[in-house]
Amino acid sequence: MSFDNAYEAVTEAQPDGDTRWAFGTGFVDPLDGVDTTVPSGVDREGLATYCLMLGDDALVLSHRLSEWTTRAHELEDEVALANIALDLLGQARMLLSRAAAVAGDGGDEDSLAYFRDEREFRNVRLVELPRGDFGRCVAGLLVFSTWRLAVLGRLTHSADPVLAAVAAKGVKEVTYHRDYAARWAVRLGDGTEYSARRLHQGFADVLPFVAELFTPHELERELARQEVAVDPAPLRPEFDEVLHTVCTTAGTELPEVTPVGTLAGEAGRHGVHTEHLGYLLAEMQSLARGDPEARW
Amino acid sequence: MTDSTDRNPEPGQVRTPDTAWPLFEVFVRGKRGLNHVHVGSLHAPDERMALHNARNLYTRRNEGVSIWVVRAEHITASSPDEKDPFFAPSGDKVYRHPTFYELPDDVPHI
Amino acid sequence: MVGTESATVDEQLHEHFTRTIERDQRVEPRDWMPSGYRRTLVRQIAQHAHSEIIGMQPEGNWITRAPSLRRKAILLAKVQDEAGHGLYLYSAAETLGVDRAELTDKLLTQKQKYSSIFNYPTLTFADIGVIGWLVDGAAIVNQVPLCRCSYGPYGRAMVRICKEESFHQRQGYELLMTMMNGTRRQREMVQDATDRWWWPSLMMFGPPDGDSPNTRQSMEWGIKRHTNDELRQKFVDMTVPQAEALGVRLPDSGLVYNPERGHYDFSEPDWDEFRRVLEGNGPCNAQRIERRREAHRDGAWVREAAAAHAAKQQRRGRAAV
Repeated sequence: MSFDNAYEAVTEAQPDGDTRWAFGTGFVDPLDGVDTTVPSGVDREGLATYCLMLGDDALVLSHRLSEWTTRAHELEDEVALANIALDLLGQARMLLSRAAAVAGDGGDEDSLAYFRDEREFRNVRLVELPRGDFGRCVAGLLVFSTWRLAVLGRLTHSADPVLAAVAAKGVKEVTYHRDYAARWAVRLGDGTEYSARRLHQGFADVLPFVAELFTPHELERELARQEVAVDPAPLRPEFDEVLHTVCTTAGTELPEVTPVGTLAGEAGRHGVHTEHLGYLLAEMQSLARGDPEARW
Repeated sequence: MTDSTDRNPEPGQVRTPDTAWPLFEVFVRGKRGLNHVHVGSLHAPDERMALHNARNLYTRRNEGVSIWVVRAEHITASSPDEKDPFFAPSGDKVYRHPTFYELPDDVPHI
Repeated sequence: MVGTESATVDEQLHEHFTRTIERDQRVEPRDWMPSGYRRTLVRQIAQHAHSEIIGMQPEGNWITRAPSLRRKAILLAKVQDEAGHGLYLYSAAETLGVDRAELTDKLLTQKQKYSSIFNYPTLTFADIGVIGWLVDGAAIVNQVPLCRCSYGPYGRAMVRICKEESFHQRQGYELLMTMMNGTRRQREMVQDATDRWWWPSLMMFGPPDGDSPNTRQSMEWGIKRHTNDELRQKFVDMTVPQAEALGVRLPDSGLVYNPERGHYDFSEPDWDEFRRVLEGNGPCNAQRIERRREAHRDGAWVREAAAAHAAKQQRRGRAAV
């Protein structure tokens, strides 16, 4: 490094350019290098919608996790939560890009993220719940990542090469997320009386939204038959077992809850959400919608 | 409280607030064929979490690198300048013992 | 109680330290060092670490509203990097025998300061670009010489930080270029943000050399390598052509190239404002500290829980043996 000119010194070409930035600069094309042709016989519209479902789950939870920025209990966990939010944002970007490409109507990840209304979002309701405290955060993240890991694990065999690739990348990430949540669940459950109560309350808040995770939309069933998507219904025992193991280690008993109701059988996957989502989107989309001609 | 004596076993060590997590030193092997190198430190409630945090912070979760974490209080250190005849305190059990550093200023003893 | 013998030892220690500095070698954690050197370093590194942590807030303010997913990812990664930088720096400070909890406490009780630039609000998304360009740019000019700081752990932390920081600056500049090629509203936003951040950025180098009594000692100790005014001039010289390339106007009618000096002349920042903000009366001082306090307070039960769990585990481990 030359120190005569401060600016030159840091902009000198460095062979290990990637190390300058935590996550590299590869933000431009998340699907670079993956075969993006839609396999013959796959319902394009259905595939696009399915990508939205999984993409919206990741996008909305990423938003909630990013709300922890500057609010975490310790800096190390500030970094960890941002990592998880970034992973999910990365998954969302790939899935929304895939949805746009498959739909072929000239849209892109941003038009889907910023210019769809509440009723057009396909995420499960669990991810919309307000941030809450760290007990809620851990309970929600444990539930979500256990479910998503089970889904992504199956999805690595999807007939759609892009979904398979996204899932393969996601499995590594979500394994880490689940591990993070599980370890914190054990710390909170075993730590102090107060932390055990907070964790318990966290579970009480999120468990009513679990049934929805395992209730497939008709599209998910249909695409599962085509071996494109994953039907989550049969994954419930695996999910229950993981939760049971974690809670036993944490010395926490899962609260008995009644699943939250649906609207004539419809919920998040149909675009029927909690009231929280509208506010989340109002915030997320405000600037993009304020100047629709703008490029950022 | 037994909890706090557990966390501060060294007599004379400056007490930190009860909620402060202990300090860990982090050593990373960047790739095969290299030694582990000290890269910095962090706080964590326990060893597992220290590894987790070290991976986040010092390797950006790069798989394939090897990480060691060790409690700072478990490191025995010599003076960086071994020939330094003035390196005073005996029983230097700690790497970063806060009270160590007070000594030379006030009591330059041999 | 200081006898002749120990006085001699003290002198010898001091001489050893001075020789290390003179030979441009690094002072390492277990070396003897004068208490003033240690104090200065602790204060400077802590202030630097606090600045990284408080500095997350103005940018974090836009994460949930970033107008594209790519910008959102960049911003989130950037703010996360700042938490990382804060940790590297606290880690360096801890090699001097202070504890992070103690430094956090000093920040929260306002016994230690952070860079006053972060007491200004981020009002539009252009502020994100301008912070990258000007604020990170100024930070780089300040920090690159610190990579050669006589205190080893600080210098090493700075090497790591500077590498990541250069990236931060470039993403900011790239955002601004994109915006300047965008709509009229976007160009106006960039100019407005530049107008608001220019003077506070110049103040980041500290008071003029005449009002900076500690500079000389810090330079003798090899902690500082250039004076405040030297660094400020360097920053102005390098920023003017960048502003021209971007097509924004820097809000100083006195800004003109002086061929005799080979540098740009520029007007004095409003040092009264600098002092007011430093003393706590900037637009966001109260808000920034309160957010930090709140996070610390709200998180106390989590830290306690983790510590309690670790202690229980240790007892269980012992019982099992």
